[in-house]
Amino acid sequence: MNCDADKVIYMDNNATTRVAPEVVDAMMPFLTDCYGNPSSMYNFGGQVGKAITKARGQVAELLGAESSEIIFTSCGTESDSTAILSALQAFPEKRHIVTTRVEHPAVKNLCENVDRRTGHKHRVTRLQVESDGTLDMARYEEALADDTSIVSVMWANNETGVIFPVEKMASMAKERGILFHTDAVQAVGKIPINLGELDIDFLSLSGHKLHAPKGVGVLYVKRGTPFVPFLAGGHQEEGRRGGTENVASIVGLGKACELAGKMMAEENSRVKALRDRLEEGLLASVPKSMLNGHKTDRLPNTTNISFEFVEGEAILLHMNLYNICASSGSACTSGSLEPSHVLRAMGVPFTAAHGSIRFSLSIYNTEAEVDFVLEKMPSIIAELREMSPFWNAE
Amino acid sequence: MWEYTDKVQQHFLHPHNVGEVENPSGTGDVGSLACGDALKLTLKIDKDERIVDAKFKTFGCASAIASSSALTLMVTGMTVSEAEKITNEDIADYLGGLPKEKMHCSVMGREALEAAIADYRGVTLPMAEGEVVCECFGVTDLEVIRAIKESDLRSVEEITNFTKAGGGCGKCEDRLRDILQATVSEGTVTPVQIEGPKRMTTLQKIKKIEEVLEREIKPVLRKDGGDIELVDVDGDFVMVSLRGACTSCAKSQTTLKEYVEKKLRELVLESLIVEAAK
Repeated sequence: MNCDADKVIYMDNNATTRVAPEVVDAMMPFLTDCYGNPSSMYNFGGQVGKAITKARGQVAELLGAESSEIIFTSCGTESDSTAILSALQAFPEKRHIVTTRVEHPAVKNLCENVDRRTGHKHRVTRLQVESDGTLDMARYEEALADDTSIVSVMWANNETGVIFPVEKMASMAKERGILFHTDAVQAVGKIPINLGELDIDFLSLSGHKLHAPKGVGVLYVKRGTPFVPFLAGGHQEEGRRGGTENVASIVGLGKACELAGKMMAEENSRVKALRDRLEEGLLASVPKSMLNGHKTDRLPNTTNISFEFVEGEAILLHMNLYNICASSGSACTSGSLEPSHVLRAMGVPFTAAHGSIRFSLSIYNTEAEVDFVLEKMPSIIAELREMSPFWNAE
Repeated sequence: MWEYTDKVQQHFLHPHNVGEVENPSGTGDVGSLACGDALKLTLKIDKDERIVDAKFKTFGCASAIASSSALTLMVTGMTVSEAEKITNEDIADYLGGLPKEKMHCSVMGREALEAAIADYRGVTLPMAEGEVVCECFGVTDLEVIRAIKESDLRSVEEITNFTKAGGGCGKCEDRLRDILQATVSEGTVTPVQIEGPKRMTTLQKIKKIEEVLEREIKPVLRKDGGDIELVDVDGDFVMVSLRGACTSCAKSQTTLKEYVEKKLRELVLESLIVEAAK
């Protein structure tokens, strides 16, 4: 199958990323010759086990963690479920969860339906966010209660890129004997993380958001944190996660973490500059457009812009004609009938929420691509506004 | 990504009749920014009641824009009474079909057309007089009933796809289920209040229904020389065929509703609706 990848201007890296060529190279032997089971006694399997050990070290290095604190999983969602359900089982008498209104569905839907999983009634406090997507720390402090078992707060928001002060929040939880989980799927590889110095108990990451393949994730569990496995089974991952290892993807994820560490500076300089160029250019050239989310407490690669009085799906399909890939928080693109829960929690008016577009860049984007998008977007928006019954009325 | 037909894509990327007719004879304004789609349809109607020009302005997704564009082409040249007969299904068919989650876009087209014709005639639309069932999207019971009848809807999910009702907070789901049941049963039975209906797979339903037919129902009908056979189960709708003496019995409809349906609701699932197979 030919996907014409070279023709595409890919600015949807918070959805998924290109697998880095170096990652593919590292994986190949484990998709071909090196097919042994890492648990086997003979050398043919044992050498595969060594490759996993190396990958574990590479992941730990990027996170500032110890190798023994890294558990490989199948995806970010599995990591999130494992962490939260583990905490609830470790402290069955504690029946309170603190989270936010803007979590990814992997956390949001789990917390909303957790009673069904555990058979217990739980209180869930979902913290409101400000209009710029940031959290009110006083309200967070108030929410922490004697019976709170776990706090689950994302490190960075997938839609707006807004970064939450999880370092401080984790310390506040720890002081009260509460476990702290962060869904860092969007943050890992984009901003520096040093878990050794922090009070974070659980951290989830996903391979395909940082140029590793889909189908592999990590749950970091701080040493000494009570842990109940999600997948029972064999002794893999020291009995913390059963199931034969997804060797090639784990090796790929290790390589991707190594690359991310090396590229972190570029991500925060060149990629950030491209993002700023795109953002400033769009806000300047398209009237009635606005930024969603805090201007500086934000991932370097993400910008979420609302174009008022036009609908997101229509914008995306016009962009598609130019092979520009991005996302929208509009109702029509989500398959539901309501626009993004993140933008609604921020109080973004419907007029703007339906016309929101998220651009998320990566190290593979170029200035020429940004300029091409800047050239095409104003006319796409103008053409759709020409059709909108609300535009002239303004 | 939605699977749009070529025709939808053509109409979306190159829409016909964008704009507003000058001094329109009738204007239809439906939807809202909050709902995520809105359509303003303007018509020019001559003295012979023929639509000579139609233009639209639409805020919405590809299927909303394509439905609007298609609608203007369909109605131009029609008389008002011909245009009145256009259904949302006609609009969807014209476009070679719409994804099921997007059928409400075609419904919006039909509603705008009705509103424009009502405006031309200077009358109030009966639909607006219904009772609002879905607060999130402002959908009335009359609109829901109409969609159920016109498009042969069979579940709350389908109602949401066609009218948006129930697609927001979801609080009106029970009410929608009641309306669905009452509408399909055409008022022959009083709607039963269903509290938290049990979920059963179709296979489970069929097995249970067959069991009850064999054990409870057939012996009773056979006493009068009749019989019954299960033809199909479609969601909550149980299609049966009455046999023997029942076929010529004037009371067969009563038997179906008052006895068979009652029994199945009691012993299988209280949301079941029994109908005679055609």
